[in-house]
Amino acid sequence: MDKKRTLAIIGNPNSGKTTLFNRLTGSNQHVGNWPGVTVDRKTGTIHYKDRAVDVVDLPGIYSLSPYTQEEIIAREYVLSDELDGILNIVDASNLERNLYLTMQLIALGLPMVVALNFIDDVEQLDIHIDCDALSERLGVRVFPVSARRGIGMDELLRAVTGEMRPPLRQPPYLHGVGAAISRTAELLRPTGLRECSLPFYAHKLLEGDSRAQTRLDLDPAVRAEIEQISAALSSHDNSADKEMILADALYDYLERMVTAAVHHPEKPVETITDKIDRIIINKWLALPIFIAIMCVMFWCTFGPIGSTLGGWMEVLVQEKIGVLLEHALVAAGTSDWVVNLVCDGIIGGVGGVLVFLPQIVILFFFLSVLEDTGYLARIAFIMDTLLRRIGLSGRSFVPMLMGFGCTTPAVMAARTMENEKDRRMTIMLTPFMSCGAKLPVYSLIAGAIFGAYAGLAVICLYLFGIVMAVFAGFLLKKTVFRGVSSGFVLELPPYRLPTFKGTVLNMWEKAKDFITKAGTVIFVMSVVIWLLQNFTPTFAVAVSSADSILGVIGRVIAPIFKPLGFGTWEAAVSLLTGLVAKEAVVSTMSVLYGTGGNLSMLSGLLTGVLTPASACSMLVFILLYMPCISAFATIKREMGGWRWAIGAAVFQTVLAWLAAFVVYHAALLLI
Amino acid sequence: MRTLANLHVGESGVVQGISAVGAVKRRFLDMGITKGVTVSIERIAPFGDPIAIRLRGYRLSLRKEEAAHIALED
Repeated sequence: MDKKRTLAIIGNPNSGKTTLFNRLTGSNQHVGNWPGVTVDRKTGTIHYKDRAVDVVDLPGIYSLSPYTQEEIIAREYVLSDELDGILNIVDASNLERNLYLTMQLIALGLPMVVALNFIDDVEQLDIHIDCDALSERLGVRVFPVSARRGIGMDELLRAVTGEMRPPLRQPPYLHGVGAAISRTAELLRPTGLRECSLPFYAHKLLEGDSRAQTRLDLDPAVRAEIEQISAALSSHDNSADKEMILADALYDYLERMVTAAVHHPEKPVETITDKIDRIIINKWLALPIFIAIMCVMFWCTFGPIGSTLGGWMEVLVQEKIGVLLEHALVAAGTSDWVVNLVCDGIIGGVGGVLVFLPQIVILFFFLSVLEDTGYLARIAFIMDTLLRRIGLSGRSFVPMLMGFGCTTPAVMAARTMENEKDRRMTIMLTPFMSCGAKLPVYSLIAGAIFGAYAGLAVICLYLFGIVMAVFAGFLLKKTVFRGVSSGFVLELPPYRLPTFKGTVLNMWEKAKDFITKAGTVIFVMSVVIWLLQNFTPTFAVAVSSADSILGVIGRVIAPIFKPLGFGTWEAAVSLLTGLVAKEAVVSTMSVLYGTGGNLSMLSGLLTGVLTPASACSMLVFILLYMPCISAFATIKREMGGWRWAIGAAVFQTVLAWLAAFVVYHAALLLI
Repeated sequence: MRTLANLHVGESGVVQGISAVGAVKRRFLDMGITKGVTVSIERIAPFGDPIAIRLRGYRLSLRKEEAAHIALED
């Protein structure tokens, strides 16, 4: 039997690529990562009758330019030898711009078919597309489909699993560009490149694409000849900019093709998107609607629904599974310390994180719906001006807002951002938004020290976090993320109903991701912290936390906090355990001060330990220092490496120390 | 020189050229902002920036600062 062929699904963002992929592969799919980057790599198998073809879902891109991470991945992949054919998905309601990518793909010369998606939407608007005329002009077969409704799937399946043929011809570009491309392609023939991809390389070399130049490493004589062709490239406006000439030629050609193949009604029908946008991004209504949607999302995630489900999860993990496991281990005659490690360390640590799972699933349900409907792009549009002042873009808003709930899903939500620099900066700043777990700590300390003014103090802390995020944003923009901004050029896609299957699959992927992480990184960290907490430096069992390795570490690092006004080993250890989960600061303090579950007693004790100034400084430190291990592990995953995650943690902790220092001394002067 | 940033909501113009460079220029070209295309301003965001434009049958948003790099025919 022949080797199974591999196809790639390529198309613009918002062209319904994922829906088509789900439709074609059913449940036969696997999500991984492209090597070295955090962009998802989805693969699956298409079965039709007795035939099977592997497919790779490439990231949604507008062009094969080597600028964004997605474009580079897609381009490297289509130029590799792994690929046997291309399934190009095109949004029928946005033909000109979608076909721009199609033309670049045709230049690759690989066997290819085009799926013209959303054909039902187009017909509803009384627009008729002559697919035969398009096929004829493109030189590749075009299939009208609706991936959402399953229209035209049979023909498409038969075509992609059967014999696919390369494009019949290369586009006869206008303005003399075509001749320049074929002459350049001739020059490239001896380089041993795949014959069919010569036009693509020719195009890119004429454009002056540096990545293509490096990749080919051409003979100086050939390079000089290509430069000559490029210099002679005449254009309709005598402009010297090759990139612009080539893009103009391509779009001019497409304009003619689309005009010939598409028949619009005499009187254009107003689209649903137009009607919705008139309200949703209306000058006066946009903000109230946006705030209302955010409130609903937050209320469902962190309010009664999320916390009830989280509570059930806690009962399930701690009381049901935990107790069951304890009984099983005791019955099997395992030694005490193993039982302790499994039940307190692992179930406590991993279980404590799993409690967030329902909230994460709910949050991603909303995010997935917001993204699929097209509203996420509108949020970016509405909020961009406010966020760009600190060097972020409108896209950062949702992750930052979610940071007030829980940093872990907030960091994951940053995935929806296309710009890599903005995304990294958002991830680094999100932890400054006080997460829900910090609230009990604030309440305890502020309540103990500031009495009637505790509420005000807590509000000030939330605001201070935002101010620090703005400040840190400026700082990062001037240092780590210096350079030209990539701008904010964002498509506002048509509103569309999300598909049930797509939403469920998306939620399932996020949940699986989170569970995997809980089972690996958090598992290891929980074990390590348990060991530190329960053993003395000589590896004897610690009687109290004070003798444990953690206690010793606390004593060693306590002097670091001396300049901040709270240099006690109890405070240091509490801050360390706060890394497991922020609310653990409270439980650790109650253990170390021996007050048990009696919070008012602990509060009374704290009054003796902390002064108003040192309480301020401690609160500020807790607000800003590195996030808990769950968030840290997520940051590591999303940033694609320990270097970034550790860098972010160090940045946050140093900033926390400096801010606490300033606050402490300012407070000493004022109070 | 008249640029896209000078237009008001509801007005339209024909693109004459782009003065942006690097990634922004590439993105403009890829999104179909090429010589001779007609663009119209559909809306302005509540805080006054960015703007939503329509071209080639779809909607795009960009900042005024970037729109100023798109020259229009007189």
